[in-house]
Amino acid sequence: MKELFPVKQVMGFVFSLVLTVVALLVYFTDMSFPIGMTILLVTAFIQAGLQLVVFMHAGETDDKKSIYTNVYYGLIIALVTIFGTLLILVWDM
Amino acid sequence: MDFFDRFAVPHPSFLIYASMVGIGLTMVAIVLGITYFKKWGYLWREWITTVDHKRIGIMYLLVALLMLFRGGVDAIMMRYQLSMPDNKFLESQHYNEVFTTHGVVMILFMAMPFITFFFNYLIPLQIGARDVAFPRLNALSFWLFFMGMGLFNISFIVGGSPDAGWTSYFPLANNEFSPSVGTNYYMIAIQIAGMGTLISGINFITTILKMRAPGMKLMKMPMFTWSAFIANVIVVFAFPVLTVLLAMGTMDRLFGTNFFTTGDGGMDMLWANLFWVWGHPEVYILILPAFGLYSEIISTFARRNLYGYKSMVASMVVISVFSFLVWTHHFFTMGQGAFTNSIFSITTMAIAIPTGVKIFNWLFTLWKGKIVFTTPMLYSMLFIPLFTLGGVTGVMLAMSAADYQYHNTMFLVAHFHNVIIPGVVYAMIAGLTFYWPKMFGFMLNERIGKWTAWIMSVGFVLAFIPMYITGLDGQARRMYTYSESTGFSMLNMVAFIGAGIMAISFALLVYNIYYSIRYASRDIGSDPWDARSLEWATHTPVPEYNFAITPQVASTQGFWDAKKNGHELFKGKYEKIHMPNNSGWPFILGCIFFVFGFAMVFSIWPLAIVTLIGILVCLVYRSFEKDHGRYISVEEIEETEAKLRGVKNEDR
Ligand code: HEM
Ligand SMILES: [Cu+2]
Repeated sequence: MKELFPVKQVMGFVFSLVLTVVALLVYFTDMSFPIGMTILLVTAFIQAGLQLVVFMHAGETDDKKSIYTNVYYGLIIALVTIFGTLLILVWDM
Repeated sequence: MDFFDRFAVPHPSFLIYASMVGIGLTMVAIVLGITYFKKWGYLWREWITTVDHKRIGIMYLLVALLMLFRGGVDAIMMRYQLSMPDNKFLESQHYNEVFTTHGVVMILFMAMPFITFFFNYLIPLQIGARDVAFPRLNALSFWLFFMGMGLFNISFIVGGSPDAGWTSYFPLANNEFSPSVGTNYYMIAIQIAGMGTLISGINFITTILKMRAPGMKLMKMPMFTWSAFIANVIVVFAFPVLTVLLAMGTMDRLFGTNFFTTGDGGMDMLWANLFWVWGHPEVYILILPAFGLYSEIISTFARRNLYGYKSMVASMVVISVFSFLVWTHHFFTMGQGAFTNSIFSITTMAIAIPTGVKIFNWLFTLWKGKIVFTTPMLYSMLFIPLFTLGGVTGVMLAMSAADYQYHNTMFLVAHFHNVIIPGVVYAMIAGLTFYWPKMFGFMLNERIGKWTAWIMSVGFVLAFIPMYITGLDGQARRMYTYSESTGFSMLNMVAFIGAGIMAISFALLVYNIYYSIRYASRDIGSDPWDARSLEWATHTPVPEYNFAITPQVASTQGFWDAKKNGHELFKGKYEKIHMPNNSGWPFILGCIFFVFGFAMVFSIWPLAIVTLIGILVCLVYRSFEKDHGRYISVEEIEETEAKLRGVKNEDR
């Protein structure tokens, strides 16, 4: 029975609901912009990681290495693009 | 009345009407021809519904050649317009439409399908696979691409072509400054074709990672497959930016959002920024497979294995990251500070280093090689010096302070043609000549081929080197005419003559195909070039299952080692082979996308909604469809193999 019950998935589901509620708080309470933004970004990244690992089984096959390489590569490019754009259009314009 | 007005071309001219008639007549002729020769069934069974990577590849090739012609005609029109001061051949609006079409067609509908042709045809053969990972999806990629191409190409006779440049910068591209539907075509046609490209990127990455023959470690893959792998990784990470960008542009134009407006919190410069976040990686997507082809060709005809395999791979991996770090060099003059420009100047110059590493690798491969001067090799030898010149002017442009002088002049135009023509176009023609016998069972004539290469190079030098000079003298790009007193006319006339010579060389290429179909020997076996990698280890013509027995590989040049060093590629005996079934759905889905695109371009909402539902229905259908493919029996394989071997023996 114990092996049949997907503890990890259920916990993951509960946790992702918690993350959603926290993110919603930004809308329903009166926060300053920087705090709200920080909460949104942090919860969004954790949420994405959670989905990838727990529900999309990123680390559970032989392809683990190529999957994570891909994810890190994508992450680096996304961050470079965002910070590069901020630099060009906002910080140094 | 208003409704139909939109379909009319806003700035008609004799040329456009003539093309309408020409296109109409050609269509009728094609339909009648197919009906007369009763080829509809054949076309449907063997091509339209095919999921075979080789056939899909050849369809990409046909589109690429067609678009090379279309883009080439545009080019000649522009060069003729500029060959004399105050020329009245094209008026400004028409000139704008021509250069926009030329740019989009050449990059997205000529160069992209050309490299995709090589991806499709070669990757499975080089890694010893039977097809790509998702053959049905591959067909869908092609049809999406094809319909996007078709939609873009009808723009000049239905509603008017886009006219804001292939970069389509806002605010010029917004409704106020580009009121015709032209820019809608740009946004939506490229979106549809781009989806195809993105899907095939995922397909090829999966194929390369999961379907290599036993023994073929990543570091034992042929160099073309490596370059294809890196290029497709870049596709998968760069094209989503384009997708989002075009979606935002579409919404600005059709639904009145404010992403790129100058007021209301919009930011027009964001378009230029995001365009080049995709655009610079895109130029590396084009050049890397070209490098891969040169690597195959040079090592074959230097009769040596490639010098510095590991450094070649490493430099491509570095390029895959660095190509995302340089995009600002396309708009050094936009107004950001010197600090930002300096950063991107340095990254841009840094990316020339791995590129240079590759040039040295080829030179060292040639060093002490026993060089055989075939046509593909001649193109590769012309590529090295000409491309290096383009790279050097690239580094000049990379100096942000100096770029204030060069930016948006003919100097820039000379630079990118200087890298794209000797880099990409030569590679495509060299690769086509090299693989022609594999595909069609006869070789292209070598004598005509070499003449073509030389004439093309003379034409190229005459057409583009003068632009460096007029550019430095201040001739701006995209300027439809100039006055006598500028002094640009002589050099522009030279450039026009050069463009004419290049056109002659392309005509010669077509003549070569015709000539070789008629006169070339069919008696060439399956390895006419004495080549090295796995794609040459199977029969010509390649049977639909590629390899009767899955090859077992122990080196980077499996076929060469099988020929010379006694490696055994094909161990074991025939077993039944699992193959995918053909399907008409990708084509049908493609057609619905075409109508959807058309409806969006002209804002015909009911039609757009109906077709959107149609698209969803197709997707749902596919999700529940059960199709387990089919088996080719051992007897059938034996028969095919005996026949193909028979052909060879008779020939000898
Ligand atoms: C040595 C490597 C290279 C360097 C340092 C380099 C640098 C540059 C720079 C700085 C620009 C912008 C100039 C301006 O707008 O003022 C540019 C434009 C361009 N480059 Fe390169 N480049 C290199 C290689 C390539 C390659 C290999 C390709 C294509 C296969 C390419 C295609 C283009 C295109 C298409 C444009 C201009 C697009 C437009 O504005 O319409 N470049 N390059
Ligand atoms: Cu660039």
